[in-house]
Amino acid sequence: MRLHFISARMVVAPLLLGVAVLALWQLAVVALEIKPFVLPGPVAIADQFFGNIDNVWTASAVTGWNALVGLVLGAVAGVLLATLAAVWAVLDELSVPIVAALAVIPIVALAPVLYTMYGAGAETARQIIAAIAVFIPVYLNSLRGFRQVRPVHRELMHVYAASGVQTARNVTLPSALPFIFTGLRIASSLAVISALIAEYFGGPVGGLGKSITSAASSSNYSLAWAYVLGSILVGLVFYLVTLGLEKLVSRHRPTP
Amino acid sequence: MTRKDSLPVTDAHAVNVTGVSRIFSIKKKAAVTALESVDLTVAPGEFVSLIGPSGCGKSTLLRLIADLDQPSAGTIEVFGKTARKARIDQDYGIAFQQAGLLPWRTVRANIELPLELHKVGTAERRSRSTELLELVGLVDFGDNYPDQLSGGMQQRVAIARALAESPNLLLMDEPFGALDEMTRERMQNELIRICADTRAAVVFVTHSIPEAVFLSDRVVVMSPRPGRIRSVLPIRLGGPDDRSEHIREDTAFFDGVSAVRESLHGTPDSGNARGVDIR
Ligand SMILES: Nc1ncnc2c1ncn2[C@@H]1O[C@H](COP(=O)(O)OP(=O)(O)OP(=O)(O)O)[C@@H](O)[C@H]1O
Ligand SMILES: [Mg+2]
Repeated sequence: MRLHFISARMVVAPLLLGVAVLALWQLAVVALEIKPFVLPGPVAIADQFFGNIDNVWTASAVTGWNALVGLVLGAVAGVLLATLAAVWAVLDELSVPIVAALAVIPIVALAPVLYTMYGAGAETARQIIAAIAVFIPVYLNSLRGFRQVRPVHRELMHVYAASGVQTARNVTLPSALPFIFTGLRIASSLAVISALIAEYFGGPVGGLGKSITSAASSSNYSLAWAYVLGSILVGLVFYLVTLGLEKLVSRHRPTP
Repeated sequence: MTRKDSLPVTDAHAVNVTGVSRIFSIKKKAAVTALESVDLTVAPGEFVSLIGPSGCGKSTLLRLIADLDQPSAGTIEVFGKTARKARIDQDYGIAFQQAGLLPWRTVRANIELPLELHKVGTAERRSRSTELLELVGLVDFGDNYPDQLSGGMQQRVAIARALAESPNLLLMDEPFGALDEMTRERMQNELIRICADTRAAVVFVTHSIPEAVFLSDRVVVMSPRPGRIRSVLPIRLGGPDDRSEHIREDTAFFDGVSAVRESLHGTPDSGNARGVDIR
């Protein structure tokens, strides 16, 4: 019963708070006569969201797909390069300035350059931007993870005269996994954000970013907010899926 | 010179340590001489305990034999080979001072780890791990994860893992340190039985005088900084069949305890022969 009580409190309380905030928001918009270009009310946004659900859905699919391609490419590259850097320290040292540079420059600033490189009609530029944004946290966290191997475990593998592959499979990778997933969790949101913001700099229409700008420029503010709501949902899905994967993989390991 | 299947080379010592020193030099600090001209031989099937105050280099000596570290001077042979060759040939099993289990593997999978690494088939692995789980009294915990076990239980898993491949040499660094007195005595009896069955030589690090006396053929007493062998005391209270519980009440046992204690403290001991932990 106690468990029931807790889970009820954990679900119901935020839900009630959310409803209360929405109600206050709507009340304020109506009572203070706030103009829609300043802030539309939740009812108006919901109306646009469900009224244009097909458009929101296709826009989400376009941006979501770009983010997913970027996430997969960036994550694979990040883990692979971190593996190599963990094996060859030279590579690690060489990569430090590059990764530092990548981490400092806003990746979306590359968008105009990439659009001219890959053609303004293709989604490639957006996917590459998402991939680069994803690469950095995945690479850095994975590399850190590969350094987490406990000395006693490394010695154990040494004692068993285990091969490099055996050591990687049985000790290094499992030790690093929680860190790799931390990187992926951060990266999942970054992928959506980067893919979306890249749309602001050009390229084909149809994604969430373009839809937000075009709705806003035609003064349809409630519709713009409906697309923003769509973006939030896409980001949430990405985050929750990686979180779920992490939980699945790390069922039986103490959290570091 | 014939090769038997239980022992690699019949005429070689299990362990032969000659003139071994190990000096740790840490940057900007004075070098630590952990071991200084240590000589030690262990015959095949012999049980030798290393005892001495904390920091006297017991673990260091064990790590040198296991080829986890290299001596600054001197040579180490294991079954007539270099320590490195013996490690690659898997001539020994080791239980560390820390259990060192892999937390993402079940207890059973931890025990099977060395067998798996050395390509033993699934069925054989399974039956061997079942045997070992029974031996260490953890039959009901095979599917548990190490963090669901107490420290002593984890240590027992580590011992089972060290025994998995029935090695001819067992290196054990305070394996029973985390166990309660009852389990400890049971494990000591088991260890004697295992050694008798497998004819394995054992190098056993301990802090407990009675434990060393009960288990060993010889007790090696070490002195602190620099770590040296102070004396080697022959004990051997009898074969595995005679060495049951009653021997702990025997006068030979108390004599052994006093002898080791005297050597450790460098002074003759007056009365009170009951062993105490020297930690
Ligand atoms: N990797 C290392 N680097 C520097 N010094 C070390 C290292 N390993 C051991 N020492 C030093 O060598 C000495 C012996 O250490 P060792 O671990 O062998 O002691 P021990 O006899 O096993 O002690 P205990 O009974 O507490 O386990 C200590 O003074 C220790 O500080
Ligand atoms: Mg030690």
